[in-house]
Amino acid sequence: MPGLPPRPYPWLRGMVEVGFDEIVSFFYRLAEAADRLREEGAFLPPPPPGSLLEPARGTVKVKHGFPVFQKGGVVMDVTNEEQAGIAEDAGAVAVMVLDRLPYDVRRMGGVARMASVSAIKAVMDAVTIPVMAKVRIGHYYEAVVLEEIGVDMIDESEVLTPVDEKHHINKWLFTVPFVNGARSLGEALRRIAEGASMIRTKGEAGTGNVAEAVRHMKTIMGEIGALRGMTHEERLRKAREYGVPTVLVELVARLGRLPVVNFAAGGIATPADAALMMWLGADGVFVGSGIFKSSDPRERAEAIVLATAMWDDPEAVAEAQEMISEQKSMMGIDVRTLRPEELLQARGE
Amino acid sequence: MVRVALVAYQGGVAEHAYMLRRASEDTGIGVETVYAKRPEHLDNVDAVVLPGGESTTIGRLMARTGLLEKLRHLILDEGAAVLGTCAGAVLLAKRVRDRVRGDTGQPVLAVMDVEVTRNYYGRQRESFEALVKLRDPTGLAPELEEKPFRGVFIRAPAFTRLWGAAEPMGTLGGDTVAAVQGKIVALAFHPELTSDTRLHRLLLRLAKK
Repeated sequence: MPGLPPRPYPWLRGMVEVGFDEIVSFFYRLAEAADRLREEGAFLPPPPPGSLLEPARGTVKVKHGFPVFQKGGVVMDVTNEEQAGIAEDAGAVAVMVLDRLPYDVRRMGGVARMASVSAIKAVMDAVTIPVMAKVRIGHYYEAVVLEEIGVDMIDESEVLTPVDEKHHINKWLFTVPFVNGARSLGEALRRIAEGASMIRTKGEAGTGNVAEAVRHMKTIMGEIGALRGMTHEERLRKAREYGVPTVLVELVARLGRLPVVNFAAGGIATPADAALMMWLGADGVFVGSGIFKSSDPRERAEAIVLATAMWDDPEAVAEAQEMISEQKSMMGIDVRTLRPEELLQARGE
Repeated sequence: MVRVALVAYQGGVAEHAYMLRRASEDTGIGVETVYAKRPEHLDNVDAVVLPGGESTTIGRLMARTGLLEKLRHLILDEGAAVLGTCAGAVLLAKRVRDRVRGDTGQPVLAVMDVEVTRNYYGRQRESFEALVKLRDPTGLAPELEEKPFRGVFIRAPAFTRLWGAAEPMGTLGGDTVAAVQGKIVALAFHPELTSDTRLHRLLLRLAKK
């Protein structure tokens, strides 16, 4: 396409080189080799569904397949059904229900928990697109509640106050797929090994500042690039450093990307922010406070959808950027002015 | 050589590109894929894939860019072969309902004599893999009837009414989950998430016809 800057990572050509089915089979091979480990309580995927004489729910293919259909799209944070309706009308691929937007979580302080069940149910009844909700890191029972009421995807999120700084939820135990945040490749792979079906950058939520999301995406892509240039022995060392199975590291090196869908999140506030993250290799974007903390949420939501789907078309991104006014963007916070204890991204390694 | 346009705004686009390449190797029919986001990307195209994704998102973007009108012309007047999966099937239907919400009023191509009910099987928790029994009304892909297809259903729709020229092509339980009308194939499930290229081979053969 004319006028399009080449992507910074030359090996980035999507997942076309390896089929989805082959990637899922990899996870099943991981399971086959590990019956003994499962008995010891290790985090492992369930076995493949076999003959399928009966329909099988919650398989790896079904859980990893869900985010495939979110790719190229925008997931928007909402706090009520009115905002959810605006998001759906603007072309969001899903909505994420919160009690407070990350900007307000940051401002108000206190313990941030899962959203009210009644608020989530009201949004589920109001829109036809998927509905996601957040649980606190390590809070197995908030996740049980969300699965029970039927949300489509669970975000084990650093935006809420963690209940377990050392352990994340064993996500293989759930029928509903999970998305987790990551700042580095090791963190992303640990979450995938625990059963996450999708990864997003952490960024620094609620700041309206995309700088941290850029940093995290570049870190992950850079580390993947480095893996590709390593010998097998060096990758063995990396696997030990990351604390994940060696075969998972080998798979990433071969694919040149994460083996699950990878979105950008944390501070995206404008169409150009979204297009930037797509260019850096994101499969789609989450927008938190950026839409409903601006004073032009309808136009902005539609513009960010356009810029994300057509990030590789500079004319379309310019058109999207023209739909919004910088005066109406959320004010934002310079991350450098935050004290270390105020950073949400440091929660859960 | 068959030129296939993948409607590429959103969803499982790369997965279809991969399967088309595999189907090309299996059939010996050469394939060139084009990622389509603007009307001019559909020039000189023999076949179109409407991927899975969110039908509301893809439909709105198609309407905005003018791809919707061009695609409708390509299908109705120029007889391009079409494969629509999940959201793609929703976009092909003349009537679209949601299981809970009823009529959706979303922008669609409306080229196929079917009623599609979105989220027919429920939410993601109810998504599943199952064996689909296929038949071959086209006469181009007898291998479809040899063994069932391992269908992956993700928040899947179903075809709740067919009329006119639309014919059922696959069933699960008592429900129609695959339909064909001339050179248009619509599926409620995702063959691009499997290694089974039979339905992609059918698209290439329909495009050749």
